[in-house]
Amino acid sequence: MTESTAFAAVAMPSAGARLRRRVFGHKSLVFGASLLAVIVLVALLAPLIAPYDPYAQNLLARTQPPVWYEAGTWAHPLGTDNLGRDYLSRMIYGARISLVIGFSVMVISGLIGTTMGLLAGYFGGTVDLVVTFLVTTRLAMPVILVALAIVAILGGSLLVVVLVLGFLKWDRFAVVMRSATQQVRSQDYVAAAQAAGASTPRILFGEVLPNVFAQLVVVATLEAASAILLEAALSFLGLGVQPPLPSWGLMISEAKAYMFFSFWLIAIPGTALALLILAINLAGDGLRDIVAPEGRE
Amino acid sequence: MLRFATRRLALALLVALTVSAISFFLLRLSGDIAIALAGEGARDIDIEAIRAQYGLDRPLLFQYGEWLLQVLGGDLGTSLFFRTSVGALVLDKLPVTLILGISSLLFALLISIPLGVLAAIYRNTWIDRLALSIAVVGQALPNFFFALILVMIFSIGLRWLPVSGSGSWQNFVMPTIALGYYVAPAFMRLVRAGMVEVLSADYIRTARAKGLSRRSVIVKHALRNAVVPVVSLSAVQLGYLLGGSVVIETIFALDGLGFLAYESITQKDFPVTQAVVMLLSVFYVLLTFVGDLVNAWLDPRIRVA
Repeated sequence: MTESTAFAAVAMPSAGARLRRRVFGHKSLVFGASLLAVIVLVALLAPLIAPYDPYAQNLLARTQPPVWYEAGTWAHPLGTDNLGRDYLSRMIYGARISLVIGFSVMVISGLIGTTMGLLAGYFGGTVDLVVTFLVTTRLAMPVILVALAIVAILGGSLLVVVLVLGFLKWDRFAVVMRSATQQVRSQDYVAAAQAAGASTPRILFGEVLPNVFAQLVVVATLEAASAILLEAALSFLGLGVQPPLPSWGLMISEAKAYMFFSFWLIAIPGTALALLILAINLAGDGLRDIVAPEGRE
Repeated sequence: MLRFATRRLALALLVALTVSAISFFLLRLSGDIAIALAGEGARDIDIEAIRAQYGLDRPLLFQYGEWLLQVLGGDLGTSLFFRTSVGALVLDKLPVTLILGISSLLFALLISIPLGVLAAIYRNTWIDRLALSIAVVGQALPNFFFALILVMIFSIGLRWLPVSGSGSWQNFVMPTIALGYYVAPAFMRLVRAGMVEVLSADYIRTARAKGLSRRSVIVKHALRNAVVPVVSLSAVQLGYLLGGSVVIETIFALDGLGFLAYESITQKDFPVTQAVVMLLSVFYVLLTFVGDLVNAWLDPRIRVA
C-alpha cells in the first residue's frame, strides 16, 4: 500500500463502507428487503415449519376460524378451509408458488428483454427500429387477456403460467436496457475495447452489461412483483395454477363462495400477497434510489 | 409536424396489422377449431363437413388474408356460443367498458392530482410521506382483493351498493374504484415530480415576486405546466384500464367487453376472443398515437426526435 492510498483510507471511508451506509440508511429498502427475506425463508423452510400437510383434508374440521376468533384454536392458528385443510400450512406452501413464479418469469423475460435492449441500444439503426416496433406491438396487446386465452388453450399449470408470462413480460426490460445501453455506448471504455479489437459479444457482455447491471436489477425486482400479481389474477380467474395447489390467488378464488361468513379465508391470502408485493416494491424503489441518486430530490 | 404525424401513423398501422396476425395465428394454432365447432361427441365425418364448410382445410395464410379483409369490411365473424354476429355483440358491450374505463381514469385523476400537488408543495413533510405511503400501499394491493374488500364493506356490511349487474349507476361505483385506484399512484408520482420541478423554475419565482397570491401561482402557473405529461400518460393508462377491465368486470358481473372476453375464453368462443383482443389493441394504438400527437403539439422539441 502506497502512502497516498493509506492516507486516503484514513481521510474518507472506503467506497464499500459508503455504499453500506447508503443501503442501511435507507429505511424503506431495509424494511422491504427484511420482509422479503422473511418470506423467502418461510418458503424455503416450508416442510420444516408447516404444521400440517397442505393437501391433507379433514372433513371433520372444515372452515374453522383463525385463533383470534372466539371459536378459533391453536390447533389451526389460521383456521382451516372448506375442505378442512390447515390454512397456515397452505399459506406457507403458497409462498413457494408466488416466489417461484416471480423468479422464473423474471429470468425468462429478463433474458429476452435484456438481449433485445442491449442489441437495440448498442447497434442502433435498423436493429433499434425492429426492437422498438416489437416493444410497441407487445405493449398494444392486453397482457391479462392474451395470457388468459393462451392458458385456456394450453391448460393451466405452473409451467404454462411461467412460460406464458415470461414470453409476454419482456417489454420493460427491453425499454430500460435500451436506453441504459445507449448511454453507456458512447463511453470511453467501450471505444477503448472496440479499438483494442474486442469482439462484439465480448464488448456487450464484458463492458456494456456490467455497467447497466444496476438498472437491470431494479427492473427485475419490479417485474417479479408484477409477475406475482398477474399469476394471482390468472389463478383467481381460474385460468392459472390449478387446484389443489395452494396458490394465494387461487385460495382467494376458492374462498369467494364463503366470503359472507368467512371473510378471513380471503383476507389472509390477500394480505400476504399485498405484503409480498409491498416488500419487493420497497426493495426495488430503494435500490433505484441507491443506484441513481440523481432520481431523488 | 406533418412528417412526424405520418411516421407515427405508419408505425401505428404496422403495429395494428401485426397484432391482428398474432391474435389470428395464436388462436388458430391452439387446436382444431372444426372439432370445437362440431361439439363433443361429433363423428369424424361431421368434423370433415364443418372443416370444408368453414374453409378450415385451406392454407392458414389464405385464411388469415380472408379474415383480415372481412374485418376491414366490418365483419368480425359469428360467435360460436351465441350464434350471433361478433360485431353486434362487441358493439353491444362496448359502452359499459368505455364508461368503466373513463370513470376509472377520472377517479384516478381526481385522487392523484390533489395528492401529487399537496405532496410537492409540502415536500419532505408528513403530508408528502403520507401521499407516498398511500401510493406504495395502493400499488401493492391486488385489485381483485381490493374489489372483494369493497364488496364486503359496501354490499354485505353497509348494504349500500349492489354486488353485481350493470343496470344502474350504482353498479359502476365499486368497479370504478377497484379499477381506478391502481393507476392513481403512477399519476401521483408524475404530478408530484412535475410540480417539484416547475415550482423551482424562474417564472414561478417571478410570479411570486410580482406579488401574486400563492394559490394563484400554484393553480394558474405551476399546475398548468406540471399537468402536461399527465395528458399523454392518461392516453396510455386508458388503454391499460380497458384491458384490466377483464378481472374487475368478471368479479362484478358487469356486462362489458372484459366480461364478454372472459366468458368467450372459458367457452372457447375464439372469434369473440379474437375480436376483443383486436379491438383493445387497436384502441391502445389509437390512444398512444393521439397521445404522441398531443405531446408533439404541446412540446415542439419532440417532433424532431
